[in-house]
Amino acid sequence: MAHTSQFCTFYLDKLLFGVELKSVQEVIRSLDVTRVPLAPGVVSGLINLRGQIVTAVDLRRRLELEPRAAGLPAMNVVVGSEDGAVSLLVDEIGDVVEVEETSFERPPETLRGAVREVITGVHKLNERLLLVLDTEKACQMTEEAVAAGQ
Amino acid sequence: MNDSDIVQDFLAESCENLDRLDRELVSLEKNPKDPAALASVFRTIHTVKGTCGFLGFNKLEKVAHVGENLLTRLRDGQLTLNPERTTALLGMVDAVRQMLKEIASSGQDGEVDYPELRETLTRLQTPVEGDAARAAATVAPPAPVEAAATTKKEEIPAPEPAAQTRAVEAADGSGKKSGDSQREPARVKIGGLLVEHGAAQAEDIDVGLQEQEKGDRRRLGEIPVASGRAKQEEDLTAIQVQEAKPGDAPAETIRVGVNVLDKLMILVGELVLARNQLLQISNTVEDASLQAVSQRMNLIATELQEQVMKTRMQPIGNIWSQFPRTVRDVALGCGKEVGIEMEGKETELDKTIIEAIKDPLTHLVRNSVDHGIELPEVRVKAGKPRAGRLILRAFHEGGQVNIEISDDGAGLNRERIRQKAVERGLITAEQAGRMTDREVLNLIFLPGFSTAEKVTNVSGRGVGMDVVKTNVERIGGNVDVQSVPGQGATVRVKIPLTLAIIPALVVTCSGERYAIPQVNLLELVRLDAEKAITAIEMVHGVPVYRLRGRLLPLVYLSRELRLAEGTRAGKNDDSVNIVVLQADDRQFGLVVDEINDTEEIVVKPLRKQLKTLKTFAGSSIMGDGKVALILDVLGLAQRSSVVGEARERTVSGKSAETAETARDKQTFLLFAGLGDSRMAIPLSTLARLEEFPISQVEMSGSQWVTQYRGQILPLVRLAVVLEERRHRVRALEAPPAPDSGPIQVLVLNHEGRSFGLVVERILDIVEARADVKANATRPGVLYTVVIGERVTEVLDIPAILRGADSGSTQAGLAMKSAGVAN
Repeated sequence: MAHTSQFCTFYLDKLLFGVELKSVQEVIRSLDVTRVPLAPGVVSGLINLRGQIVTAVDLRRRLELEPRAAGLPAMNVVVGSEDGAVSLLVDEIGDVVEVEETSFERPPETLRGAVREVITGVHKLNERLLLVLDTEKACQMTEEAVAAGQ
Repeated sequence: MNDSDIVQDFLAESCENLDRLDRELVSLEKNPKDPAALASVFRTIHTVKGTCGFLGFNKLEKVAHVGENLLTRLRDGQLTLNPERTTALLGMVDAVRQMLKEIASSGQDGEVDYPELRETLTRLQTPVEGDAARAAATVAPPAPVEAAATTKKEEIPAPEPAAQTRAVEAADGSGKKSGDSQREPARVKIGGLLVEHGAAQAEDIDVGLQEQEKGDRRRLGEIPVASGRAKQEEDLTAIQVQEAKPGDAPAETIRVGVNVLDKLMILVGELVLARNQLLQISNTVEDASLQAVSQRMNLIATELQEQVMKTRMQPIGNIWSQFPRTVRDVALGCGKEVGIEMEGKETELDKTIIEAIKDPLTHLVRNSVDHGIELPEVRVKAGKPRAGRLILRAFHEGGQVNIEISDDGAGLNRERIRQKAVERGLITAEQAGRMTDREVLNLIFLPGFSTAEKVTNVSGRGVGMDVVKTNVERIGGNVDVQSVPGQGATVRVKIPLTLAIIPALVVTCSGERYAIPQVNLLELVRLDAEKAITAIEMVHGVPVYRLRGRLLPLVYLSRELRLAEGTRAGKNDDSVNIVVLQADDRQFGLVVDEINDTEEIVVKPLRKQLKTLKTFAGSSIMGDGKVALILDVLGLAQRSSVVGEARERTVSGKSAETAETARDKQTFLLFAGLGDSRMAIPLSTLARLEEFPISQVEMSGSQWVTQYRGQILPLVRLAVVLEERRHRVRALEAPPAPDSGPIQVLVLNHEGRSFGLVVERILDIVEARADVKANATRPGVLYTVVIGERVTEVLDIPAILRGADSGSTQAGLAMKSAGVAN
């Protein structure tokens, strides 16, 4: 029996993404976000997660996708990072899926830009592809993003 | 704190340091060029060495010293770390650990001073060919490493005894971390004891140790016993001796991880929020039992918050304890004699603050010895005792902690400071001439200023007074220096008690709330819509406001933060709210949409994604559960160029501007007192201006009081304290008239007490020359002065307070007698 791992999946602009289940603290509905002026654009603001202040990162912006349609509430996928919890804002939550190591493949060479460093690879599911997200990288700000905010 | 406490602290700290050293050295070996890691290793060894020198453990110091020498050369890039050097350094770590164990059990650092190890470490300081190249593999491992290996073996005890030890500790309730470094110092090695008692031969113990390492789970003593090489009774005696050895830390205190405390703090913050919500609900629901419960909950939560805050407090003595050594070293280095005295060692500060002020304080102490105190001969000539005195004093005052570093040295030479500042181009000669003495003294905090006649090894360390100032200001404190020529100097550092919870002003801008730390706040100005049009003037497109005759640059928060304009909540209200802030000697007005209230807020740092933002100092959760950002006033000022990157420009500009005013002018709060007479108090004595509806005034005996910020604020009426005695009683008996309008109250702080002074009308804040004085005409008045062409009485606050106290006693008596008459 090959090694399997579990992923928490979610959708962004109709793409299916997954983060390793063990790095996910919790998944919650949209919360009040306090925006942070001058912050990098990918930081959507700060949220109060039961007394803990957590930075919310807009994954759409981080992955250079189209901005979320106005009025569409975002879901929070709270992941632990080396610098405390970070909330990743996503469109919709999917299932928890179990995948085998054998279905994994490196991202194609043609994948470029900011997306490449964040996506570690792809799991080939039966009917579609699961893009594996590096949460640590996703929480890091690129220098351009920081500069753009100033 | 007595010596044995110091030794205990030293042991605990050193053990932690050694554990870290092990890790660091190993990771350093993988990445030998990492300067940060090298510096860290160096610091750790340096700390261990410094402390044991101070405590008189000379053998230990010797060993650490050779290690430090090697590390110095590594740090300076003269050598590179190779496996051999790492091994030797690790050997040193083990040797130090071994000696610490000796100290824990016997109070002495042992017989052995590891000559081979020291020799190896010294030899390794000679650069090897190509240095980075592999060292000869033939070098035999130094002997101490063997000794260390022995230690290692014994530290892998049979699992059973280890478990026992833990159980015993738990039963003690001491809750000590059961890490090796914590447990081991109390225990003398059993092998050593057996040999000492002649019960076993050294080689038998070695055999036993080897057996243990191979997985023999029996106790060390049992192995020679089982093999018939030692008698069982003797083994038992040794075990008893081992267990009876003193050295366990007293059980009254426990070590708790800071992260646990932080977590507690977060939870308490959460509880406070929940409590606030509960209070809100209970106010709307008419249910007596719910209200009783929520009141109780309120009290408990408040108390809990206080206690948790307390757990983070540490006495300042913890950092002061290293100063005797510092002073000794520096004094010795420059041929001086200095005695150090400490007052208020037990003064407590938040842990984070203690850490933040450690370096600035060390620098100030070194400075005092190096520059302040004179050479013995010079002192004798000046009629002073040979040995200089350095006094450290710490005390609480008004929610802040004051730390003073005084010396009885030569004091600061104002003329030389003036000269130097002009020479260095920090100020112009003309500015220097106009500066007050105090301003001149504070020039020493400018970057690029040093009056040291010669650069000594102490002063030439690249940490100047400007760094001290910056570091202290970063945690919301300030530094001030005073000096009497020939008699000494005092540096006073004022710092907040805690950084975790601070008072802040909450403002609204473009629909978002922001908190401004109260330490930066000077005053609030509100301009009516029509007045704002004329009062805000432009200097080439830059808005300014004349605040008491001085131009105050205005900064619009919405523009600085690039917030969308036009989303103001109170659109129909076009008045302008200016928050006057102080940033680094410079004042500016921050224009916001709305000023909400002052609140105690719990500060939470920003995460790394937002660390680059200099405009925010942190974030906090407000009463309604939403997050608000805390403005970093200095960062904001820098962003809006109120404070330039080059600090000297702003300071010289400021001194030119205030030189004239500061010398002979004083700022007063003007108000209408009894009748229509004009009265004033110095603005510095004022804490706050408040307005209370008359319904909030209650009577406590004959004293007017009101509930204010969770305290009972006595209200002092001028009629009571200033009127002549015969009118007093009548005035006193008068309860507040129920239909009169709100009362104007000046909240004053005097000797740690707050009280409110009820006045007719608050008029203005003015700056006036206080030199046209006349003597007071009645008690309670300091002097009379002409302000704005009218004679004004300046009140004597302490006298008024005394009057208020005696007034109420009198009134009490009067009322009693009246009662009898009835």
